[in-house]
Amino acid sequence: MAFYDPIINVLGLREWCDSTVVKSDTPKSMAELLADAAGKDSVETAWYDIPFPSLDNLNQSCGAIDRTRDMTSGVEAVFLDIKDPLKTVLDPLTQPLSWLLDGSLYLFTHTPWWVLIPLVLFLSFKVTRSWPTVILVAATFFFFAFIDHYTYAVETLSIIFVCTVLCILFGIPIGILMSKNDWFQKINIPILDMLQTLPSFVYLIPLIFLFSVTESKLYGIAIMLYAIVPVIRLTDLGIRLVDKDIIEAADAFGMSKKQKLFGVEIPLALPTIMAGINQTIMMALSILVIASLVSAPGLGTLVLRGIRNLELGVGLISGFCIVLLAIMLDRVSKKALSRINAAQDH
Amino acid sequence: MTDNISNNIKISVKSLYKIFGPKPQSVLQAVKDGMGKPELMEKHNHVLALQDINIDMVDGEITVIMGLSGSGKSTIIRHLNRLIEPTTGEVLVDGIDVLKLSAEELRIMRQTKLSMVFQKFALLPHKTVLENAGTPLRIRGVGDEESINAEAQKWIDRVGLSGNENQYPHQLSGGMQQRVGIARALTSNSEVMLMDEAFSALDPLIRTVMQDLLLELQKDLHKTIVFITHDLDEALKLADHLVILKDGAIIQQGEPQDILLNPNDPYIEDFVSDINRARVLKVRSIMSEIEHDLPSNEENCCDFDDTLEDVIAHSEGEILKSYVVMQDGKPVGALHMKDLVKALVPRVSSTPSAKAS
Repeated sequence: MAFYDPIINVLGLREWCDSTVVKSDTPKSMAELLADAAGKDSVETAWYDIPFPSLDNLNQSCGAIDRTRDMTSGVEAVFLDIKDPLKTVLDPLTQPLSWLLDGSLYLFTHTPWWVLIPLVLFLSFKVTRSWPTVILVAATFFFFAFIDHYTYAVETLSIIFVCTVLCILFGIPIGILMSKNDWFQKINIPILDMLQTLPSFVYLIPLIFLFSVTESKLYGIAIMLYAIVPVIRLTDLGIRLVDKDIIEAADAFGMSKKQKLFGVEIPLALPTIMAGINQTIMMALSILVIASLVSAPGLGTLVLRGIRNLELGVGLISGFCIVLLAIMLDRVSKKALSRINAAQDH
Repeated sequence: MTDNISNNIKISVKSLYKIFGPKPQSVLQAVKDGMGKPELMEKHNHVLALQDINIDMVDGEITVIMGLSGSGKSTIIRHLNRLIEPTTGEVLVDGIDVLKLSAEELRIMRQTKLSMVFQKFALLPHKTVLENAGTPLRIRGVGDEESINAEAQKWIDRVGLSGNENQYPHQLSGGMQQRVGIARALTSNSEVMLMDEAFSALDPLIRTVMQDLLLELQKDLHKTIVFITHDLDEALKLADHLVILKDGAIIQQGEPQDILLNPNDPYIEDFVSDINRARVLKVRSIMSEIEHDLPSNEENCCDFDDTLEDVIAHSEGEILKSYVVMQDGKPVGALHMKDLVKALVPRVSSTPSAKAS
């Protein structure tokens, strides 16, 4: 006899409990198996061993209450049920992402190295105006090319480029809306918290069910969900932190909301927004390694190979390349940020 | 004097109340029935910021609203352009009730009629001095870039910043930044200028220079200026009409000389006891009726608007003399040095604290 039997009886729920026939072929819980192995029908419970009224424990007294195992399989069933309609909606919506990722990959990997490297150097000079940074970028690229990691690095760069641009395109407007609307912010903050703290592998699980592993949008979505958080948060923060006196002056001179947003708030929040973009790039790079599990190309695949085949050298070198790439991206974006800061130091 | 000013009132504030708190309307009646600030805070947890404010501001004059911090002076000035919504009351600018305007009408009113100068300057840090000064015209969207810059440059020159127009605000000193603030307000070409503690963040020497600049500009421009300050010397120097505020209520308003000579409240007596009266009081405030037996040749020294300091310097310390006071070359009154010396001593106060100070 299970512990909660008397309580069920007292509450008059016995009939309801017994109305559901307990299926005999359901798998047993670990406790039940142990009890079986000990050869006892039911375990005598001491008064201080009161079991917590959990689903499993209540199920022993009352068959109508589902076990925890039934709950998880229920979640799975629900997900599988909505999967098909969800897929019909999401598949066409996210298809452009696949095209973008594939197109960008094609473009990056098919541009000859003697075109791409000077182009990258020129762009990094454009945004940073700093020769030391350009030299760092050049050194990094020549190192990649010299040790034959150039293609992998460029693939990684291509994916980061597409995902970061999309994160900025979606993230900044969301951040602006959050800064303007307290309710929208209240709803969004828990979602952002979740996206940021959810273990990276957990992202992949539902995505694998929804999309085919061979499609590039699968890792594109995973990267974007993870990396978009900082740019949203810091856009919201930056606009909220704009000096209240200046906002008041803008109001006092009769600025419209649009003039205020584009003429005052965004320019003044730009250093904070740029810090968010820097973080977004870094997070995109960090999840890209994990995304190689779902066929994301680039340096991550080499790391994965290192782990899978215990090829220590391959894993270490590609890991080092990722660090180099991270340092390069970080320095370039930080330098661009400090240029903006210098322009509006106050 | 009161008769001729009532004709050209530019801004009129009528029975304005402001209560901060979750439900201001619910306690408004209690305030109107005479509940005070501490009681309101204790019983209803609302803050009484302004009670029964009535001010008429005359076209082309400087109205100074003076009070210590927390007296509600900044709250009043923000009601004039409705940066703060009142709990009840009227604010008429040129006879139009600002509080009844739609959002769009209010924006146009702010763009064209009411400019503002801020204590912390509130310039756009990412724009140059020239761009900052041109902001009001750019907001309004009138004229091309060239004419806006020309207009902005004109006012930058006027406030004495020629040569700084391509610098950024952070490259300028506080006094220069506030000059940009004033140039910006002037560029909008509004008839009313609201100045919220405009010179309080500046150090004393710069402050005096800026006050002189304002008075000099006002001589030509004849704007209606509402000036907020906590500094009595500044208030007396600038004011045509002085409003003294305490705990959200007006305790005295009128001609500054008059307030100085006839304070109607111990609080104001306390306030005025500290200032240099010889520098602030003017001959016109203490002269008496013209007397015909005064020698009217070399002894008619003083102008109507001279300060007592000027007269003391002129008399070289003699206190038995009498002078004829002139205005525009005509004698208008007599000044006895005896009265002058009496006026230098604050009226014997009823509160011992005033005496002590």
